[in-house]
Amino acid sequence: MGFFQAYKMAIKSIKANKGRSFLTMLGVIIGVASVISAVAFAQGSTKSITDSIQKLGTNLIQITLTGRNSNRDMSYEDLKKFAAENTEVISAVAPQSSTNARVKYGSTNMNTTIIATSPEYERIRNVHVTQGRFILDFDLEYRQNVALIGTAVVNELFENVNPIGEKIKINGQIFKIVGILEERANGAAYSDDDQIIIPISSSRMVMGTSSIRNFAVEAASAEKVDAAMDKLETFLLDIYKNENAFRVFDQSQMLETLDNVTGSMMIVLGGIAAISLIVGGIGIMNIMLVSVTERTKEIGIRKAIGAKRKNILTQFIIEAAVVTGMGGLIGVLLGFSIIKFVIGGLGLVPAVYSIPWALIAFGISLLVGIIFGLFPAYKAASLKPIEALRTE
Amino acid sequence: MYKTYQMSQIQIQALRNINLSIRKNEFVAIVGPSGSGKSTLMNMLGCLDVPTSGTYILDGLEVSNLTDDELAEIRSKKIGFIFQSFNLIQKLTALENVELPLIYMGVRTSERLKRAKSALENVGLGDRLDHKPNELSGGQQQRVAIARALINNPPIIFADEPTGNLDTKSGVEIMNLLKALHKRGNTIVLITHDNDIAKQADRIIRIHDGVIVEDRQVI
Repeated sequence: MGFFQAYKMAIKSIKANKGRSFLTMLGVIIGVASVISAVAFAQGSTKSITDSIQKLGTNLIQITLTGRNSNRDMSYEDLKKFAAENTEVISAVAPQSSTNARVKYGSTNMNTTIIATSPEYERIRNVHVTQGRFILDFDLEYRQNVALIGTAVVNELFENVNPIGEKIKINGQIFKIVGILEERANGAAYSDDDQIIIPISSSRMVMGTSSIRNFAVEAASAEKVDAAMDKLETFLLDIYKNENAFRVFDQSQMLETLDNVTGSMMIVLGGIAAISLIVGGIGIMNIMLVSVTERTKEIGIRKAIGAKRKNILTQFIIEAAVVTGMGGLIGVLLGFSIIKFVIGGLGLVPAVYSIPWALIAFGISLLVGIIFGLFPAYKAASLKPIEALRTE
Repeated sequence: MYKTYQMSQIQIQALRNINLSIRKNEFVAIVGPSGSGKSTLMNMLGCLDVPTSGTYILDGLEVSNLTDDELAEIRSKKIGFIFQSFNLIQKLTALENVELPLIYMGVRTSERLKRAKSALENVGLGDRLDHKPNELSGGQQQRVAIARALINNPPIIFADEPTGNLDTKSGVEIMNLLKALHKRGNTIVLITHDNDIAKQADRIIRIHDGVIVEDRQVI
């Protein structure tokens, strides 16, 4: 008896018990569909984060000072001087101090993120201005209290008023709005749109300190990033004598961190998926055992007319595999529909259809069927023909 | 040949000191009341079971200590069964039931269909190929079972109360079919408790409490 015959027999008995077969499949369907949609959600979030990291520019290097040097911290002037000496690898530097501050316009209040920086920030961080202008060297030189605001701030503070030229209070300091930043995240709170940019020279009172802990550096080109980082590290080590006192990192490190995060997310998802498929498999084993008991007579008849152990074993294993395989297939389709209509419909993250994951989920469901079908099939194959025939 | 069953604490001797030989192309009826051991005897003879002690030689082959699969092989090639309760698989059609033995013999699909069709035509059910057993009368079901028993041309046919669940007319038809098979050269072993049915055989073996009490030719 060939595989194809066993397959046809399996289809016949599945068809003879449609309702039960479907219920048996349900565990696998739900398991596979949830694996696929959960993975898609994870991959979609990763993709959107990766995209936004890459939008920052591939030449970006960030410096964070974590330690202190009793004599001398690296200042913005030090970094500018260093950059001017290393133009072959570094094309621009900008400070980026940030804090959370209370902002007031008229009688309206809000809390938002304040970033204090220099004109180079516009280019390094790929920031665009839709109205007005960015910070100029002039603002730094003459310590002008000017500000650029994101759209979330515009929406919160300015109703029916053009913000350009208006004055706001940031932690009690008066700033004149000179520009509006291009929208990046639909004006959502706590996003890139919920921020105000001011000149570093006017930030002392707002920040409560004049020391700058964060800098953005632009490498001369994507290929020069590594060389620039090496030089920066040597330079910083020379000042701090301790490599734990600072961090120099680029996008690839951020992406690596992201990979680690999504990697552990995948492991958690994979674990949940594995558990749900095992539960599905136990369901299948249960139903198959009932089915073997119920079909004892049929097995007896088959054996009486010449079926060998192997034939019965194959029939039942293939039956289990076909049930789970069909369940897996339906689960994949259901998963893809969830991706399309739920994930795609909500629009929080891009819809990603992962064919490898669909294949893996389908393969595992098939395997679960074979493994959990094995015991009932063995039980069926071991039945003695006369005893099986005697049952009604 | 002896057959003993262990029922919890008690040993039941279903067959004792059975000494029997059946020749090729005989038409034998094994008769006895229910519980006499006649079905047990048929199970031994039909290679569905093996004796506890003693030997059984079928067609020159010692069967008593073969494995399950080897017994299945013998059943598949040499033996056809007809049961009182027909023992058809309910979810399969008449045609699918009849072709089943051929599937286990590894016969190709096209030939299987041809042979199953002609087997059903031979028992007068050419127009009932796609009917499920519950759509057929008892007599028709038994004829499907006979077609199934004959499909692989086994030399030996075992019929266990084949007319037991049938009305008189269908019973007569089935007996006529068995007689025709006997004429064609098959060995027929008929198990029954009905003396009128048994008389239609050439030889009657009467069994009681697991022992043969009579073995005579019908004149």
